Amino acid sequence: MFQWSKDHLLLLWLRLAASVCAAILLLVAGFVLLEAFEALRDIGPVRFAADASWHPASEADQGLYNLVPMLSATLFATLGAVLLAGPLGIASALFCQFYAPAWVAQLQRRIIGLLSGIPSVVYGFWGLVVLVPLIRLQAPPGPSLLAGILILAIMIVPTVALIAESSLAAVPEAYLLGANALGISRVGIIFRVAIPAARSGLLTAVILGAGRAIGETMAILMVCGNVVAVPESVFAPVRTLTANIALEMAYAMGDHRSALFVTGVVLLVMVVGLVAVTASFATETTHAESTHG
Amino acid sequence: MRIRGFVAGLAFALLACGGTDQAAIVVTGSSTVAPLMAEIARRFEEQHPGVRVDVQTGGSSRGISDARKGLADVGMVSRAPKDSESDLRWFMVARDGVSLIVDASNSVPGLSKEQVRRIYRREISNWSEVGGPDLPITLVHKAQGRSTLEVFLEYFELEDKEISPDVVVGDNEQGIKTVAGDPRAIGYVSVGTAEYEAGRGTSIRLVPLDGVEASVASVGQGRFPLSRQLNIVTSDEPQGIVAELIQFASSEQVHDLVEAQFFVPVE
Repeated sequence: MFQWSKDHLLLLWLRLAASVCAAILLLVAGFVLLEAFEALRDIGPVRFAADASWHPASEADQGLYNLVPMLSATLFATLGAVLLAGPLGIASALFCQFYAPAWVAQLQRRIIGLLSGIPSVVYGFWGLVVLVPLIRLQAPPGPSLLAGILILAIMIVPTVALIAESSLAAVPEAYLLGANALGISRVGIIFRVAIPAARSGLLTAVILGAGRAIGETMAILMVCGNVVAVPESVFAPVRTLTANIALEMAYAMGDHRSALFVTGVVLLVMVVGLVAVTASFATETTHAESTHG
Repeated sequence: MRIRGFVAGLAFALLACGGTDQAAIVVTGSSTVAPLMAEIARRFEEQHPGVRVDVQTGGSSRGISDARKGLADVGMVSRAPKDSESDLRWFMVARDGVSLIVDASNSVPGLSKEQVRRIYRREISNWSEVGGPDLPITLVHKAQGRSTLEVFLEYFELEDKEISPDVVVGDNEQGIKTVAGDPRAIGYVSVGTAEYEAGRGTSIRLVPLDGVEASVASVGQGRFPLSRQLNIVTSDEPQGIVAELIQFASSEQVHDLVEAQFFVPVE
């Protein structure tokens, strides 16, 4: 009887905790949608893609609300960062897992763990005083899409590397031993056995990195230049969706404020899309594994 | 719903009046003055137990109309009085000055209103056209909604839409860090912050405008053109506790609060 009631209490507590976690997400999403509603009603969804520019005002008919340049900036910056950080992070994981002596691998893990703990404003400041002046020497003004891509890549490398390594470590020992027994070279084992077996984990690593890149605000705000325009080259300044919210929220009123929440909705949709893609990869592999096994 | 809220409010007001001699002062208006006024109000409340100062924003025009209609005891207005507004009593609490800044290595001696206007319209695109080095100009501009942006646009008679900047910054610190070390850049930030940073050795220079040096002193004396008054207004000659608040807000006791908001105390 006593035992049961203890179990029961724990269950109650866990249920409560779990529903609080879920409720937070729903509350935040609901709040953002509610705040965005005013602008979606007054301005209409079409104008967020069709207006001539982004010059918001607190009255819907006095402002212009095109979000496409910022959406493209977020997409380009994320894509660029993933293209750089994906191969780099996975390479680092492969090195730790298959080549590095134990102590080197341990050191490498520590360093990468430390990298992931540095606050983004520190990366942003470093970008502003080191990276931007270097880019300025090549192509003024300096703050640019390229600076954003490089900073984001540095920031998401740890995410990619750590998750990629744990998924490589989860490849069954038997696969590797079997391949080794067949006399396959180490390169062959890595590219024909380990990577295919860890495929879904490696994809998850890259996608989670992309998720972090989409949401990054402070560092991007400091190095990207924040000019609202579809970039014509990597040296052009851009404003991402997150930077748009951070720059203008403190002073926005009325429909302008609400339009910034629409920016937030666009970000939410992008992140939900990414999570959905990750989930579909995960189920795909579960099926694959169950048929093999 | 609304009526019930009103009744509840009324009951609360009656209770508040009956229970103690707590006085509430309502202050509304400019969102530029509001953060400063809120700080001043907090200190005033500490010194006058039982007094509550309620600061609300809504723009300078609301400050004027609320004070006129008696909806607020004090209105906040971030500009000089117009001729049609002489029915109100005006009290200046601070000045908001904006300085043009360049990198310390930029040799441009000074700029006129017309030159700045043409630079930001990209009709002048090289520093050599205004007496500076032979370098293209990088325009650093502020994000929408900032009070420095409003002062800048109004004085130079520019529309935000006609400016296509190279870099957009948020706060003053970011503006200074973006301009410092870039000999091509021109930006504008609150004069208090600029002077402080230049004094600390940050690589920026405050550019004289129309022959007047940009400094906290010249703004405080009202000589520097790129600045505006931050005022509070009342409908009649203030009485009692309101008069005390107004006197407090323009006294030396709040100069540190004025400076903390990057405004300039009135001399």
